[in-house]
Amino acid sequence: MDCGTRLILMAVEPLLSVRNLKTYFQQDEGTVKAVDGVNFEMSAGATLGIVGESGCGKSVTARSILRIVDRPGRIVDGEIWFRRPAANGGAGRPAVDLAKLEPNGAQMRSIRGAEIALIFQEPMSSFSPVHSVGNQIIEAIRLHQEIGRQEARDKAIEMLRRVGVSSPDQRIDQLAHQLSGGLRQRAMIAMALSCSPTLLIADEPTTALDVTTQTQILELMRQLQQEDGMAIMLITHDLGVVAEMATDVAVMYLGRVVEQAPVDAIFHAPKHPYTRALLRSIPRMRARSGERLTPIAGSVPHPYDRPAGCPFHPRCPDFMPGTCDRQTPDSRTVGDRHTVSCFLYE
Amino acid sequence: MAGPDLALDPASAPLQEPGAATPARDQRVFVASQWQLTWWRFRKHRMAVLSGMVVMGFYLVVLGADFLAYADPNASEAQRSLMPPQTIHWFDGWRFRPHVYPVKGARDPQSFRRVYQADPDQKIPVRFFAEGFEYRLFGLIPTSRHLIGVDGGRQASQTIFVLGTDVQGRDVWSRLVYGTRISLTIGLVGVTMSLVLGVVLGGLSGFYGGIADTVIQRTIEILRSIPTIPLWMGLAAALPRHWTILQVYFAITIIISLLGWTELARVIRGRFLALREEDFVVSARLVGCSQMRTIFVHMVPSFMSHIIAATTLALPAMIISETALSFLGLGLRPPAISWGVLLQQAQNVQTVAISPWLMIPAVPVIIVVMAFNFLGDGLRDAADPYGR
Amino acid sequence: MLAYIGRRALLAIFTVWAISVLSFAIIQLPPGDYVTSYIAQMASMGSVVSDEEAQNLRIQYGLGQPIYVQYFKWMRLIVQGNFGMSMEWRRPVTEVIGERLWLTVIVSVAALILTWVLALPIGIYSAVRQYSVGDYVATFIGFIGLAVPNFLLALVLLYLGFVLFNAHIGGLFSPEFQDAEWSGARAWDLAKHLPIPAVILGLAGTAQQIRIMRANLLDELRKPYVVTARSKGLSEARVILRYPVRVALNPFASTIGYTLPYIVSGSIIVSLVLGLPTVGPLLLKALISQDMFLAGTIVLMLGVMTVIGTLISDIVLVWVDPRIRLEDG
Repeated sequence: MDCGTRLILMAVEPLLSVRNLKTYFQQDEGTVKAVDGVNFEMSAGATLGIVGESGCGKSVTARSILRIVDRPGRIVDGEIWFRRPAANGGAGRPAVDLAKLEPNGAQMRSIRGAEIALIFQEPMSSFSPVHSVGNQIIEAIRLHQEIGRQEARDKAIEMLRRVGVSSPDQRIDQLAHQLSGGLRQRAMIAMALSCSPTLLIADEPTTALDVTTQTQILELMRQLQQEDGMAIMLITHDLGVVAEMATDVAVMYLGRVVEQAPVDAIFHAPKHPYTRALLRSIPRMRARSGERLTPIAGSVPHPYDRPAGCPFHPRCPDFMPGTCDRQTPDSRTVGDRHTVSCFLYE
Repeated sequence: MAGPDLALDPASAPLQEPGAATPARDQRVFVASQWQLTWWRFRKHRMAVLSGMVVMGFYLVVLGADFLAYADPNASEAQRSLMPPQTIHWFDGWRFRPHVYPVKGARDPQSFRRVYQADPDQKIPVRFFAEGFEYRLFGLIPTSRHLIGVDGGRQASQTIFVLGTDVQGRDVWSRLVYGTRISLTIGLVGVTMSLVLGVVLGGLSGFYGGIADTVIQRTIEILRSIPTIPLWMGLAAALPRHWTILQVYFAITIIISLLGWTELARVIRGRFLALREEDFVVSARLVGCSQMRTIFVHMVPSFMSHIIAATTLALPAMIISETALSFLGLGLRPPAISWGVLLQQAQNVQTVAISPWLMIPAVPVIIVVMAFNFLGDGLRDAADPYGR
Repeated sequence: MLAYIGRRALLAIFTVWAISVLSFAIIQLPPGDYVTSYIAQMASMGSVVSDEEAQNLRIQYGLGQPIYVQYFKWMRLIVQGNFGMSMEWRRPVTEVIGERLWLTVIVSVAALILTWVLALPIGIYSAVRQYSVGDYVATFIGFIGLAVPNFLLALVLLYLGFVLFNAHIGGLFSPEFQDAEWSGARAWDLAKHLPIPAVILGLAGTAQQIRIMRANLLDELRKPYVVTARSKGLSEARVILRYPVRVALNPFASTIGYTLPYIVSGSIIVSLVLGLPTVGPLLLKALISQDMFLAGTIVLMLGVMTVIGTLISDIVLVWVDPRIRLEDG
């Protein structure tokens, strides 16, 4: 079905709805609550940027959605509602709770790679060193579609061409280490998009690239999104990338979403103290020379040593003793599609 | 809990702001020397530490063999041939009084073998620090005290036989204890030789590269493709019969280490290759260090622990080789005593079926080999304190 | 790929040369020369060697001439198929060795194949199901294989077989087939007797290869490309087998050829304990009785056989996967 029809049919209901997701890692030394009650929603065709410092649980969230969390991690609670595209141009299928599916069962595997795709930070090590790039793309294609070898190969070449890889019919047989960083990332995007997913999760897709290539890749992703109408979940710690690409933003801290809002609201009217502190700490072009940077006070707590109550309270300039260190704040709506988890707004 | 364990793995260490209070133990890690780090890492491998203690125990036996044995290992007597092991009964009624029953032997008229009957009515008390045959403690002090023994122990005919006797009536336990000396030290000598060869050739190969490297590499490959035991057998069989035990001993170690140096050389070559390109080596040369100095002062300390690990892992092979050769009768020969020589008596099933205790010398071989393997593994894992 | 094979073949030729020199050394080591002992041997049997005969033998073997000349003469005789006479058996060496060499080959190859067949799946399982019961069992068996010398293992198994089952588990043939002509039935009898020697011989090598495979695979399983494969929707089995196993296979496959010399070596002693009619017991007897041509020839043949086997193994590996990267050195 073409992207127009798709958007109309999926107009109102969110594409992906994560409710109270909890993914814990049971280690000998203790339990790491990597994702501790995450809530957010994504609409079809939108771009959700998920930001946060290293270790806040962004990647684990992405992998939880795809059910590829490494052992000993497991989803212990929560729901991941995903609206599947219609099969063969019919009406849309009912949403399915991914958290309840067998991680390696047939249904989850048919969603993984075909309806939700994932691209990674390090394209070099994310490709197999002994298989050609084309081989891996073709495998993805033939896994989810019933087509022959030659046809799949043609599709793969076409895909490579779409993402801007020059001489795709030659590149397709090259190994990952024979391509430059930018080409590799493009190839990875080609592989992810080969089955026309409705949701693309991009885990720090540009962090390992130099600045010019970064821009190119982001441009490519935006263009493909317009052509296909797919939603993108962009995971990054780079607020600049978020400002460029996202329509909505979710800010994560220590395994929880502390604020979610449309991108303008996040940048111009941040509500959560953490979001504010993040934005304050970005160096500004128009700052006076000699002006000191304002880092966030304190440091990220040890994963085994989480603070009680609101996870941010030890570093929060608006800390309210008696409240913030006792209970965890719920998520409140404070504006149009703008939610915050903070006692300041309760 | 936070401690040296976490801090050793920088990736999982908590992000600390400068000036934030660090627990004192964590700080130790940052100033620890490489040896301390290696030791700490090694300590975490309980199996390896246990194996280390087992190995040390065996070497203590080497030192105190005279004391631990209670019978002259060469005293043979046909009357006591192939006696089964005697059980020590620890309690007489309810008193702690270890004793054994005297055993009388007689020749079975049908099978012509000696069979032995224990007499439970008589009790021969077992004494600690009893008198036995004479020896020199540490080679210096003449004494005749042994760990255990029976009264009248000076006479060869009245010893106890904890592990039975062999076909010539010699006590298996005492011979086992004495055998430890040669079996364990022959390995040391052999490994030292392999080490020297390995370091020199591996070092030449790795450090200088080029033609030396190619030649040595090909030689190593050739040696690796040759089945070793037929060669050892051939070389050992060629040793003149009239050589003394000592000469045979050294000849055997030379033979074994001539082929065994290849593994060490490979490890050392690999280390040199890896280190050659390191910045600190280049800077040492730029500062003006001579090649010798660069190698010995700067490079070698970096992989000392690897060498130690590889050497420890090479020992079991030496021990097995000597045991195998002696087992075949081509290595050490009586009156030399090693585990292999002892096992020579257990070469076929018929003998062993009647006197299974003759297989007991296999036990220390297996224990020592396992212990060295675990120890070497632990050392090898600990050798990279900055690795994963 | 052809370049690789060519290089390996060249190295093999050098190795064979080295072995021939070492075998020759073994022949030459004992005191006295061949002809004098031959004459003495013949004399003790009551036959006399004529001076002419002695002289011919001397020329044939180049005795009295520099050692390298003797070596060349010996090589020339070998190339002609003349491996000398066994003094112990008073027959040509080739006759004495007979089918024993082939049996050695069969047992060694069986052990090698067993190593392949066992080490790979067990290694993979151990890595994928780390810390499971199966992993511990495999590791434990691995340690037995590494720590217990194969001849001791053979001895213990023989003893247990004898005592527990009253069965004699040694030998390669049942008594009735021992000296019979080759036939289907005899081959089957051999096959029935092969497993035990093959397991004993191959255990140490298998244990080592399991450890290598397990370690390699554990390293690879942590890598990002495995996650990529999983994220495409492949089944877990396909993810493991197509990607990390393939990568871990390279170093594993390039070392497996070197287990052959070890197996052949081991077969010498194990054959003694188990009473197998292979080359091992013959070699020991020859060495003890200083039957040097027999001993030297056996060493030569064993060495050549091993080198050829390793070469074939390398070629098969490269043919199966041309991307096998050469191990450094």
